[in-house]
Amino acid sequence: MAVLVDKNTRLLVQGITGKSGSFHTQQCMEYGTNVVAGVTPGRGGESFEGKVPVFDTVKEARDKTECNATMIFVPPAFAADSILEAIDAGIELVVAITEGIPVMDMMRVKAAACHSNSVLIGPNCPGIITPGACKIGIMPGYIHKPGKIGVISRSGTLTYEAVWQLSSHGHGQSTCIGIGGDPIHGMTHQQAAQLFTEDPDTEAFILIGEIGGTEEEEAAAWIKDNCDKPVAAFIAGATAPPGRRMGHAGAIISGGKGTAEAKKEALQDAGIAVSESPSDMGATLLKHMGA
Amino acid sequence: MNIHEYQAKELFTQYGVATPKGQAADSAAEALEAAKALGTNDLVVKAQVHAGGRGKGTFKNGFQGGVHLADSPEKAQELASQMIGQVLVTHQTGEEGKLVRKVLIAESVDIAEEYYFAILMDRATERPSIIASSEGGVDIEEVAASHPEKIFKEAVHPALGLQQFQARKLASQLGFKGAQIRAASKLFMAMYELFISCDCSMVEVNPLVLTKDGDVLALDAKFNFDDNALYRHPAIAAMRDPEEEDPREVEASKFDLNYIGLDGNIGCMVNGAGLAMSTMDIIKHSGGDPANFLDVGGGASEDQVKEAFRILCGDPKVEAILVNIFGGIMQCDVIAQGIINAAKTVDLNIPLIVRLEGTNVEQGRALLNESGLALITAEDLGDAARKAVEAVNNAA
Repeated sequence: MAVLVDKNTRLLVQGITGKSGSFHTQQCMEYGTNVVAGVTPGRGGESFEGKVPVFDTVKEARDKTECNATMIFVPPAFAADSILEAIDAGIELVVAITEGIPVMDMMRVKAAACHSNSVLIGPNCPGIITPGACKIGIMPGYIHKPGKIGVISRSGTLTYEAVWQLSSHGHGQSTCIGIGGDPIHGMTHQQAAQLFTEDPDTEAFILIGEIGGTEEEEAAAWIKDNCDKPVAAFIAGATAPPGRRMGHAGAIISGGKGTAEAKKEALQDAGIAVSESPSDMGATLLKHMGA
Repeated sequence: MNIHEYQAKELFTQYGVATPKGQAADSAAEALEAAKALGTNDLVVKAQVHAGGRGKGTFKNGFQGGVHLADSPEKAQELASQMIGQVLVTHQTGEEGKLVRKVLIAESVDIAEEYYFAILMDRATERPSIIASSEGGVDIEEVAASHPEKIFKEAVHPALGLQQFQARKLASQLGFKGAQIRAASKLFMAMYELFISCDCSMVEVNPLVLTKDGDVLALDAKFNFDDNALYRHPAIAAMRDPEEEDPREVEASKFDLNYIGLDGNIGCMVNGAGLAMSTMDIIKHSGGDPANFLDVGGGASEDQVKEAFRILCGDPKVEAILVNIFGGIMQCDVIAQGIINAAKTVDLNIPLIVRLEGTNVEQGRALLNESGLALITAEDLGDAARKAVEAVNNAA
């Protein structure tokens, strides 16, 4: 009924005792996510909110609780190490929320992740949610509703925008995946598109990209050859000046590459309905679906 | 973050990258001292600004060119006196030009050949990539288009780093011979060490030269550093020259705000880079012009919101402010409180359009309603942009 996360997800939170970590763990628990463990080195033996055991290491948490997903809120200087620790412990799904991890750190993490069985989402992302079943991340739960539309996005707040538009039109979501705004990150647009294409409960999906890199073009090429479901897209940053990093380390037009125009063209060429305005993302998909 | 040429030279020296000797000077007297210390009469004087095209630039006092050869320390002193304290206009500075505060005094070298050499973090392959060409001193994009066979690429393994054989291969491909191969590959290895150790996202040596004496030297370089990694490089962070940056951006960076100045009249305060970019897009789409990109980030505090608001209000170009928040990690009540606090300290006499949605939205809206602030509320993103453009047009 969804991709990657559902009612059976047993969540670990790395950095559970920090300010953001504890606030958002609380929010996830209220949403109904099954949070089974937390890790903060040196705080093993404590309990979070009297409900969730805290461990010193991910290995210990894994052995004792059989957690199969982790949400990482560790500060940027230590986040790469935390991702590697999760991979080493064999956690199936690693969701890194942390913003501001140095790109050299992510280069090494990514090289290690390639040789593991873990799926990495992020970093610098809002997380992943299967509405009504499992929320891993910082997205406001109440805007989502269960349904059959997938959402993939490099941007957090822009994902909420798309979800809000869909929900307001009465259309729920199967799963929403925030893949993150850093130049080197885990799951790509194309890999997420593949999951939604293969998921029998996803009828259509929205792909939200932004300037910089060539991931949207690669996803477009894959969709063109492999996906029969209706897809809509929006690319942020059409008016961004070249050479300036637009907040996300990954959102930069350099050497004439990664422009919004080139991305829109590739997407349209793949039969994807491209929304010109961020306020029409939902409507564009629904029109394309004939809904 | 960018650095000056003289600072690049300091990094070269520190990492053992061969480069002509040189020193920065911020007065003509210091220029004379620096030139004498080099112990040669073959000198070059170069204006230090963060912009390309210095050689072909013009000073506003009429003096031609930001790069000059000198045949004595006294001549170097005279040239420095013409440049320091003057405004240099190049094709990259715009009409307003840039004030030259320092010059670099360096030994000049007799160039036999020029090459291009760059290392960058290639996001497609997720590893460092070296790009080199025997066609130096020209636009590399043009070479790539017209003579792709003259561009050589080498991908570096993230764990292994640059290998000796790769450096030799590049040197050979560029046409170096005999002892030059050793000198060039030594320079490439040192440059890679610098790239990794300093968390660069790009280093572009332009030009790399072979001198008539057979030395291989890096003459100048353009550096880009990963801002996320500056915390572990205090010495590099200290090389930042705020005088070279937009004062609004310098002010914003003091409060960890992601701000980029633009030329329009609608000030934007948004959370999240994607939404901030889209807000700019939709303002344009609605017929308006954004004054800035401003992402207050994930976990902004009331104080940061207040400062962000103060920066927007302090920009004389701004005729209306659009606040667009979709709270996730950012809570709407924090944003609301920040706006209220800021409005108390600045004289808000321009229209303020607010669109709030997301985490703690009810508390945020209640705070704003009870504050008595005169603001225009918007239903959604499209509505907010339309109202902002309308407000600016009505005022005009």
